[in-house]
Amino acid sequence: MPDEREVLLDVDHVTLRFGGVVALNDVSFSLYKGEILGLIGPNGAGKTTCFNVMTGVYKPTSGGVLFDDKKITGKKPHEINRMGVARTFQNIRLFPEMSAIENVMVGTDSRHYTSVLGALFRLYRVKVKPEELPRVDSSNGLVRTWQQVARTSAKIFGLSRHTLEERAGERKSLELLRLVGIEHRANELARNLPYGDQRRLEIARALATEPKLLCLDEPAAGFNPAEKEQLNQLIRKIRDMGYTVLLIEHDMRLVMGVTDRIVVLEFGKKIAEGTPAEIRDNPKVIAAYLGESADAA
Amino acid sequence: MTETPNEGRLSGVSNFFAGVGNRWRGLPKWQRGIGFLAFVAFLYYLPLLGVPGLTWLRTDSIEGGNNWAGVLFTCAVYVLIALGLNVVIGLAGLLDLGYVGFFAIGAYAVAIFGSTQSPVVKSLQDKFDLAPEWAITWAICIPIAIALAMISGVILGWPTLRLRGDYLAIVTLGFGEIIRIVIRNSTNWSGGPAGIASIPGPQGAPSADNHIFGLIDAKPWYWLALSIVLLVVFLVRRLENSRVGRSWLAVREDEDAAAVMGVNPFKFKMWAFAIGAALGGLSGFLFASRQGFIEPNQFNANLSILFVAMVVVGGSGNMAGAALGAVLLAYLPERFRDFSEYRFLVFGLALVLVMLLRPQGLLPSKRRARELKDRQEEVAVGA
Amino acid sequence: MNFDELFGHLGQHTVDGLAKGSIYALVALGYTLVYGVLKLINFAHSEVFMIGTFAVLGVWNLLGADGTQGVAMTLLLLAAGLLGGALASGATAVAVERVAYRRLRQLNAPPLIFLITAIGISMVLSETFGIWQGRLVVGMPTLIKQKVAFTIFGTEVTNTQLITIVAALVMMFALDQFINRTRYGRGVRAVAQNPDAAALMGVNKDRVIMLIFLLGGLLAGAAALLYSVRYGNTRFNVGFLLGLKAFTAAVLGGIGNLRGALLGGLLLGVVEVYAATLTQSNWEDVAAFVVLVVVLLFRPTGLLGESLGRARA
Repeated sequence: MPDEREVLLDVDHVTLRFGGVVALNDVSFSLYKGEILGLIGPNGAGKTTCFNVMTGVYKPTSGGVLFDDKKITGKKPHEINRMGVARTFQNIRLFPEMSAIENVMVGTDSRHYTSVLGALFRLYRVKVKPEELPRVDSSNGLVRTWQQVARTSAKIFGLSRHTLEERAGERKSLELLRLVGIEHRANELARNLPYGDQRRLEIARALATEPKLLCLDEPAAGFNPAEKEQLNQLIRKIRDMGYTVLLIEHDMRLVMGVTDRIVVLEFGKKIAEGTPAEIRDNPKVIAAYLGESADAA
Repeated sequence: MTETPNEGRLSGVSNFFAGVGNRWRGLPKWQRGIGFLAFVAFLYYLPLLGVPGLTWLRTDSIEGGNNWAGVLFTCAVYVLIALGLNVVIGLAGLLDLGYVGFFAIGAYAVAIFGSTQSPVVKSLQDKFDLAPEWAITWAICIPIAIALAMISGVILGWPTLRLRGDYLAIVTLGFGEIIRIVIRNSTNWSGGPAGIASIPGPQGAPSADNHIFGLIDAKPWYWLALSIVLLVVFLVRRLENSRVGRSWLAVREDEDAAAVMGVNPFKFKMWAFAIGAALGGLSGFLFASRQGFIEPNQFNANLSILFVAMVVVGGSGNMAGAALGAVLLAYLPERFRDFSEYRFLVFGLALVLVMLLRPQGLLPSKRRARELKDRQEEVAVGA
Repeated sequence: MNFDELFGHLGQHTVDGLAKGSIYALVALGYTLVYGVLKLINFAHSEVFMIGTFAVLGVWNLLGADGTQGVAMTLLLLAAGLLGGALASGATAVAVERVAYRRLRQLNAPPLIFLITAIGISMVLSETFGIWQGRLVVGMPTLIKQKVAFTIFGTEVTNTQLITIVAALVMMFALDQFINRTRYGRGVRAVAQNPDAAALMGVNKDRVIMLIFLLGGLLAGAAALLYSVRYGNTRFNVGFLLGLKAFTAAVLGGIGNLRGALLGGLLLGVVEVYAATLTQSNWEDVAAFVVLVVVLLFRPTGLLGESLGRARA
C-alpha cells in the first residue's frame, strides 16, 4: 500500500559484526516520507544498534543506508544531522549545565551560519524589516536615548547576522518548548528538570535541528500511562507538522496506537514488517514476544 | 603567611564572592554599566594608587619591593594568559598543559623579527643591504606573533584534538617543553641559550629617548596591557554569548550528543585551541616587548602548570574567576616576598585543595543561564 | 647528522638504548597498571620515581657509600638502595592514591579533575624536594665503575648496561607472573575488565587499586635505583622529562598493556639513543615527543593494543 510513496530512508542489506557476534544480519527496510514507523523487538534484538548505524555511530560491515538518495554510512554524526536526521537518546543525554532553552538553541544553531569571526566582529549586516528593529520603550531618558541610537543605526546599517540568528533561534526554541509543553521551564538548568521534562526537552532539541527524519529511541521509557498518552499525541502532532518519525519502543500499546507501519527485529534479523494490525496477528512476532507477553500487553 | 585553607574557610571566601556576584547580577542593567565603568576607571588609576588606607597594597610599600606599575603590568599579562587559557580549559574543556609554548612563540616572534640583535634580522640586513638599525616594526610584529602562535596551535591541535582528553594533556605538556628545547638548540635563528636582547616596544628599540614606553616608567606599559585585556574581555564575551560559546559548552558537556545535534566538535575545539594560542602569543608578545630581553629558560614547563593553576583555582569557565586567579598568582609573590620561594608549592597545593574541596574554583561560572533570562525577556517583549 | 658514528657502532648504541629503555619500561609499567584499571593517567607517577632516586641517595649516604667499597659492600648497597627506593616510591604512590584519588573516585569526579589534581600533586612533591634538597643537580657516589663486561659480535656490553637490562627483565617477568598466576593478579585483571562485575563477585576494588599503585611505585623505585647507578645524579625535577618519556613508552606499546610497556620502553630508549648520536644529543628529547605524536596519530591504541584484562598481561 505505501510503496508508491517517496522513500526517505532506505536501509539496504545492512550487516554489522562485532568480532564474531553478528549484531545485525542482512536487515533491509524503507521509511516513507510523512509516516511514523515503529521499530520493535525483544531486548537485545538490535534495535538500538540499527539506530546507531542509521545515525552514523557505527559503520556497517556490509550494506548501506541511503537517506534522501544520499549515502549516509561513513559520514560523521554532525554531517548526518545536517542531512536531516535528528535523534533522541534512550538514556537521556542533555547538556546538564545548560538551561533548557540553551539546549534547544544548540539544535537551532546547526542551521545557522555565524561562526567565530561572525560572532567576534559582527560585520555581516542584514537589512531588517521595520517591525524587527530594536524598540524604543524605556521611560528612563538616558536609556531611551541609547535605544534611539540603536534603532537608528539598525535602520541605516541593518543588524548583524549573528544578532538575527540569535533572535530567530531564541524565538524558535521557545516555540518548540511550547510544543512539547515545557516553555515555563525555559530558564532552568537541564539537570534540574524532572525526568519527563528532560525527555520532552530532548525531543524539542532534536526538532530544533530542522530534521526531515526524527528518530525517537524509547521516548516513553519510565512514563506512566497518562504521560504515554501525552507523548502519543505529541508524536502525531509532530508527524502532522510534516516530519517523518522513526520510533523505537518497547511499549507495544504505544507502538500499536501511534505508528503507521512496524518493522520487527529479533536477534539482529528482520522477522516481520507491516501495519500494526498485520504485526499483531503475525505468528512469528507472537512467538518472539511470547516470553515478554506479560509486559507487552 | 602560607594559607592553610580548610574546607570551611575556603567556601567562606567563595561564598563571599558568590554573594557579591549575585547582588551584582540583581542590579538593573544601567547600574551595572556604571559600576563596571567605575571599576575600569579604578583599574586605570591603580598605578598612581595613593588613597590613604590602600597604599599597603602597593608592592613598593615593602622594603626592596618591586616597581608597583611593573607588577601591575605583570598582573595584566597574566590576566591575558588566563583569559586565553580559560577559553581552552574553561569553555571548551580541553586541558592544555603546554600553554607556555604559545607564550614563548609570541615572545620570540617579536624578538626574532623586531630586534636588531636577532640572527634573522641580521641575515636579512646582510642579504638586502639594509641599515644596521633596520628591523621589522613593533606594530607589524603583533599580527606576526598572533599568527605564528595560532598556526602552531592548529598544527598541534590537528592530530591531537581528535584524541582522548588525557592524551591531549600529555601531548601539550610535551609540546611546551619541546618549544623551549627547539629555541635553545637553534642558535642560528633564535639566539640559542644566550637569548635575544634589544626587543622593541611601541617606540622602537629600547633607548634612553623612549619617553613613554621606556624601561623605567612602567605605567604606560600597564595602561597598554590593561587596554588590551579589556578589548579581549569584550571579544571573548561576544564569543561566549553566541553560537560559538554554546557549542563549546555543549561539546564540553557531552561531545557525542553535541555532534548528533549538528555541532562539529572538532571544528569548535580547534577554534578554542587556536584562539587560546593566539591570546597566549599576544601575552608573550607584550611580555617580551616590556622585558627587552628574553632567553629560553624563562619559558619552562612549570609555568604552564602555574597558568593552569590560576585558571582552575580562580574558577574555570568564568572570566572573572580566571582573572582573579591570575592576579593572585602574579601579585602575592611580589607583595609578600617571603612567599615567592614557595609559590610553586603553594599554588600546587591550592590546585589539589581546590580540586578536592571545590572543583568549580573560587568564582564558579554561574553567569550564562542568568544572562539568557535577560535576553529572553527582551524577546518576550519584542514578540 | 652523524651517520658514521651511528652505523659504525650500531651494536653499542642499540645496547645502550636498551639499557636506557629498560628504565623507561619500569616507570611505564606504573602508568600502564593504573591506566589499565582506572583509565586514568597518574600524572604524579613521575614524582614517585623522583622520590625513589632521593631515597636511594639517602640510603647510600647513610651507609657511607663513596665508590671505593669492595664487591660485597657494593652488592649490599645495591640491595639496600633497591629496598629503600622501592619502599619510598611504593609508599608515595599509595599515599597519593589514599589522600587524593580515592576521594575523587568517591565523588565520581570527571577525568579532567583527576588530571588536574594529579598535576597539582606532582607540583607539590617536586617543589617540596626543590625547597628541601635545593634546585641544583645532586651528585651520587659512583657505585659501579664502568667496565666492559663482555663482547658479543664486536659489541661491547658494559657491566651497568648488563645489570640494568637483566634487572628490568627479571622484574618484568616477576610482574607478569604475579598478574597472571596469583590470586591478587586475578583480582587486578577482573577489576580492569569490569569493575562493577568484579565488585559483585567479591573483589575488593579499593584493595586492588591500592595494590596496583603499590606495584607501580615499587617498580618506579627499582627504576630509580637503576637510574642512580647509570647516571649517578638526581634533581628535584628529574621526574618530569623521564615521566613524560615513560608515559610515551606506555602509549607506544599500548597503554594498559604490560608487555606493551616493556616493548615501548625498549623501543623508545633505542630511538632516543640513535637520535642523540645523530644530533650530538641536542634533539633526543624532541625525538621522544615526535614518536609520541606519530604513534597517537597513526595507532592511538599503541603497538600491542590496550587492555590489561584481555592481553593476558
